[in-house]
Order: sequence, then structure tokens, then C-alpha cells
Amino acid sequence: MKETTLIIEPGRAEAHYWRDLWHYRELFLILAWRDVAVRYKQTLIGVAWAVLRPFLTMVVFTVVFGKLARLPSDGQTPYALMVFAGMLPWYLFSSALGGAADSLIGSANLIGKVYFPRMIIPAATIVTALIDFLISLVILIAVMLWYRFAPGWQILLLPAFVVLAVLASLGPGLWITALNVKYRDFRYVIPFILQIGLYISPVGFSSGIVPEQWRLLYSLNPMVGIIDGFRWCILGGESPLYGPGFVLSLVVVIVFLWLGIRRFRNTEKTFADLI
Amino acid sequence: MSDVVIRAEGLGKKYIIGHETRRESYTALRDVIARGAQNILRKARDMVHGRPIIEGDELEEVWALRNVNFEVGRGEVVGIIGRNGAGKSTLLKTLSRITDPSEGRVSIKGRVASLLEVGTGFHPELTGRENIFLNGAILGMARTEIKRKFDEIVAFAEVAKFLDTPVKRYSSGMYVRLAFAVAAHLDPDILIIDEVLAVGDAQFQQKCLQKMEGVASQGRTILFVSHNLPSIQSLCTRAILLDHGKLTAVGAPHTIIQQYLGGGHFEAQRQWPASKRPKNAVAEIASIAIRDQQNAIASNPTTDQPVSIAIDYIVNQPDVALGLTVLLYNERHELVLSSINNHEPQWYGRSMSRGSYRTICTIPGHLLNDGGYSVSIILFGRNFADAHTVEECVGFTVIDGPGVRGDYFGEFKGAIRPLLDWKTEQL
Repeated sequence: MKETTLIIEPGRAEAHYWRDLWHYRELFLILAWRDVAVRYKQTLIGVAWAVLRPFLTMVVFTVVFGKLARLPSDGQTPYALMVFAGMLPWYLFSSALGGAADSLIGSANLIGKVYFPRMIIPAATIVTALIDFLISLVILIAVMLWYRFAPGWQILLLPAFVVLAVLASLGPGLWITALNVKYRDFRYVIPFILQIGLYISPVGFSSGIVPEQWRLLYSLNPMVGIIDGFRWCILGGESPLYGPGFVLSLVVVIVFLWLGIRRFRNTEKTFADLI
Repeated sequence: MSDVVIRAEGLGKKYIIGHETRRESYTALRDVIARGAQNILRKARDMVHGRPIIEGDELEEVWALRNVNFEVGRGEVVGIIGRNGAGKSTLLKTLSRITDPSEGRVSIKGRVASLLEVGTGFHPELTGRENIFLNGAILGMARTEIKRKFDEIVAFAEVAKFLDTPVKRYSSGMYVRLAFAVAAHLDPDILIIDEVLAVGDAQFQQKCLQKMEGVASQGRTILFVSHNLPSIQSLCTRAILLDHGKLTAVGAPHTIIQQYLGGGHFEAQRQWPASKRPKNAVAEIASIAIRDQQNAIASNPTTDQPVSIAIDYIVNQPDVALGLTVLLYNERHELVLSSINNHEPQWYGRSMSRGSYRTICTIPGHLLNDGGYSVSIILFGRNFADAHTVEECVGFTVIDGPGVRGDYFGEFKGAIRPLLDWKTEQL
């Protein structure tokens, strides 16, 4: 049997970090499973939350933006359906980001007692957000049936946008959770960012109402491209995708992901000393 | 020992802690503002550079480990002993890659599993079955491996009936048994264990020790920290002594344990030749001894038993009054207690004639914490006059008595460790 030799030195960059991460994939799965199991173990309320929250938000947004403010929908789609198609990625993003940001603090005892690539912890929490997302997807199907709305071929590309939404939350999530270990006040920043983000992202309204000359600037918010992408997939041709804006959002997502991973990797080794 | 599996060279771990500066006798507002501004600047700079923010005005480096060198050969069982704060846990954490060393280097050959706590990651809402898989994965076992050993683990833990009950409903004994059972079925080349053997009831502890012996006999390398000196003695092939972050000795377990226990530098008994006896005007001290209940000299009394300080002295004047004070210092040289014999009913304040006397001061069990102590004696005359102090003439090291720790195996903080009365009732 061939033995591996492990060298521990100060500041030594883990030569096989990504291979290590792969090696610990079972731990990732089991931690993700634990989060999901614990969340849904406490009776049905957990599931009910995943159903109620987006549904009620959809009703409120439809009434406020669609009926009271009389904002236009995308093409011929019912306003409620458009709102819901935008809310899916937003809630996926916000619960993944919120979960990831608190994850390290919540697993302090693990970090102090066992070694594993720390990135597993925030990544595992995202799985819970994905499960919630799948439940919401069932409601979407119900809403579509209610409005007798059939999606086009674009729906086949939805998984790609789901991955994109996850990556969009992972970047800032990694960054903030690493900061959270050192400066606990960052946990108060998250709900605030998410609160504001809900209104500056095109969740309750269509990004089509943003004046043409501002649209590229507006797409600096990575969620703009992702929400537009979701609507394009779900609503078919009714919601055209704004090309340059989408590319810009994509670039922003990648930059944040890179920054997040870099910051996380740089501080990872000191987590156990600080937490 | 040609086949070295762990080699540590110049290993060091530094922590930076902050202090509040001692305030000047009067404080100028200008200084306060200046210092505040400096602190904010420093914190802002730290944050920009991604360094941790440290409270306090002055920073101090503390080396939890410094220049530690050792080698462990394949199949060795090495015990690490040392007082609280000697750096044992930091060493294990560094070897387990939980924390990064500040200097030096370690090379480890083979698959390492470390067990710094039993039941790491156990979730109270999950059932015993689910926690076995969770904990196993956290300790580095593959799912197939856990599946294969599942029945063995359940049998070892004796919890078969409660497998599908959430562990929050387990008694603490069951919880610990289950947690240890998972850990005991780890199969690494090198096992690193911190202070986990001292949990559970005596019978279960015995079972754990047997399991450890079994693991060791299969040629695996084990590195473990324990306060339980008998288990170090019986299990280990070698021991390492740490003191204030430095490695002070490596060798056969019994010699290292001796060195550790004798580390207080004080003998438990001291006799003076007639010419050198400490004395005041009316009396001289002949000998001082630390004794246990059976009146034997006790250099290592246990926390649960009383310990006596017996002072033999000779009164060489007729019709005198004498008093004695005992001062007890711990190894950080803090005065833990002082006691005067002015409640002693027979002789205190009475007139004593010429002759030999013995005064015994008994410190009750369940009072002192574990660790080293030194004793100073003050001999004084009538009205506390004519006092003579015998500085730190004897000493002893208190060790844990059997079962006194309950189910806790970590450090008991504080100068003393009395057994206090606790009571919980449902309201």
C-alpha cells in the first residue's frame, strides 16, 4: 500500500486543495443531508414555509406592482406568473446566501475539532436552499397550470440558470462567511443587503421597465441577468433576454466567485484560531 | 525506530492577545482621544489586510508551542502529558491540521484520524442511526466503511434498542457510548486522541482502554493526551512531557510521569539538622511533612482526599505561646489560601512548656484543584509578634482522584476546585 506523506508548515498552500475537496465529497453530502433532515424534521412547518413564503410574496407583489402601480408585465404573461418566475431565483439566491453567510459560525464546534476543507460547510448549506427551490418549483407548475400557460423549448435551459444562481450566491456567501468569523457584525449586514436587493432586483416588476440607456448599468446587479434568464426560460418568448446585460451579469458573478474563493482560501487556516 | 511516521521539527504556534494598558494615575482627555483614534486606525488597517481585530491597547505575542521537536515511529503509542496550558491541545490541533503552525514543520506518513472530542457534530434532533453516519463521515470514514462496521458499532455502544430515537432523548451515558463507539471503529494508520478516554462509567472506560490496546497491537500509531496517568503508564510505549509550550522530556512512560509529578521542585517532607533549624526566639522547626489520611508521606495526594501538613517543632523556653500560619501557593505562584491555627482548641494561646510538639493542619478533600502546590510556614509568638517565615519548604502535586471528574475530562479552571452543592428542580 502506498502511503501519502503530509507536510504541515506555516502558510503552506494546500497543494491538493481541490482534490481534497473531492476526497471529502461524502462529508459534503452528509452535512447537506443533515441540514435538510434537521430542517424538515420539525414537523411539516418547514415544508409549509417553503411553500407559503414565495406564494404570499407573489400575491402581495402582484397586487402592489401589478394592480396598484399598474406596471406592465412581460408580453402577454399573467403578472402573477411573471412575479413568480422572478421570485424563484431570488429566493434561491437569498436563502443560499443567508445560509452560507452564517454557516461557519454555526459550525464552530466542527471547525475547532476536525480538519476538512472548510469550503464544504458553506457549500453544504446551499443544498438546503436548493431543496426549498425545488418545492417552489412545484408551486410554479401549479400556477402555470392555473393560468393554462405552456412553456417553450427554453425551459430546457433552466438548470443552467439554476447553477448560475447558486454560483452567484456562493461568491459573496464565501466572502461574507469568512469575514463573519472575524467580524461578527457582518451577520447583521446580510438581512439588510437582502432586503434592499429584493427591491433593486427585478423581482416584483419586469426589467423591461428600466429605461434602455440604464439597462446595462442596471445589469451590474448580477441578479438582473439571472432573473431575466429565469423569465426567459419559464415564460418562453414572452420575456426576451437582453444580451449585453446578461453577459455583464455573468461577468460580475464570476468576479464575485473568484474574489469569494480567494478570500476564503486566504483566511481558511485561521478559522480555528478565531472561531 | 527507523520507520518514522511523524516528525516534528521546530514546531511553534503563536497567538497574539491584546491587553488594556494600565491607566495613568490621572487621565487626560487628550490621551484618551489619541489612544482611541490609534485603536480605530489599527483596527481599520487590520480589517483591510484581513487580519483579525484584537481588543486592547497593547498586543502581546504568546507562544503556545515553541521549538518542539520529536519523532514517532510506526506502531508506537505515545502519551503526551503536561499541566494545563502546557500546549498539549495546541500540539494535537496542529498535528490534525485544524490550526496552522506559526513556524517549523511536521511531516506525517499515512492516513491520520484525530479524535479531539467525542461526538463531534452529533446533532440532537437526529436519531442514533443517523448520527453514526454523520459522525463517521466527520471523522473521515467512508459511507461503505460505516455500513460495514455498523453492527459492530451498535453492539459496542449497547444502544441497539434506541437506534431510531433522536439522541436528544439519550441519557448522557448512552450518548457518550455511542459517540465513542463510532470513534473506536476508526481505522487509520495514525490515531490522535485528546483526553477522551476519561468519559463514561468505569466499566465503559475499561472497554475503551481494551479497544485502544487492541488498536495499538495491530501496529497502528497512537498519539494521545490524557490526565489519566495510569492509562498512560499502561498503554504507552513512550511519553512526551510538555511544559509551557516546550518539550521538556521524552522517554519511557514511568520516568516521564515521575518527572511530571516531581515537577513542583519541592519535596513532600523536609527535615532540618539541629544547627540549621528555622526558628524564632522561643521555638525551632524540626520537620514539616505532607501526609495523607493513613499518615503516609504524600507527594501526590488526590483531589478527593484530605491532605495534612504536619509541623514538628521544639519549644526551647518555658511558658511561651506559639502560633503557626500555613500559606499555600499554586504553581503560578498565586497565594491560594492562608490559614492560622488560632482555632486550634488544645494549645493555641495557652502556655506551652519545653518539649516537642506536632501541629497538623488538614486541608479537606474536594477543595484544591489539581496541580502543584508549595507551602510556606510562619511561626509566630504571642500577639503575632516575633514571626519567622519558612519560605516554600515543602510541596506536593494534587492529582485527580478516581471518579472525581464526573463526565468532564477537560481543564477545571480556577484556583480551587470545591465540590459545590448543585440542585435543579422543575418549576
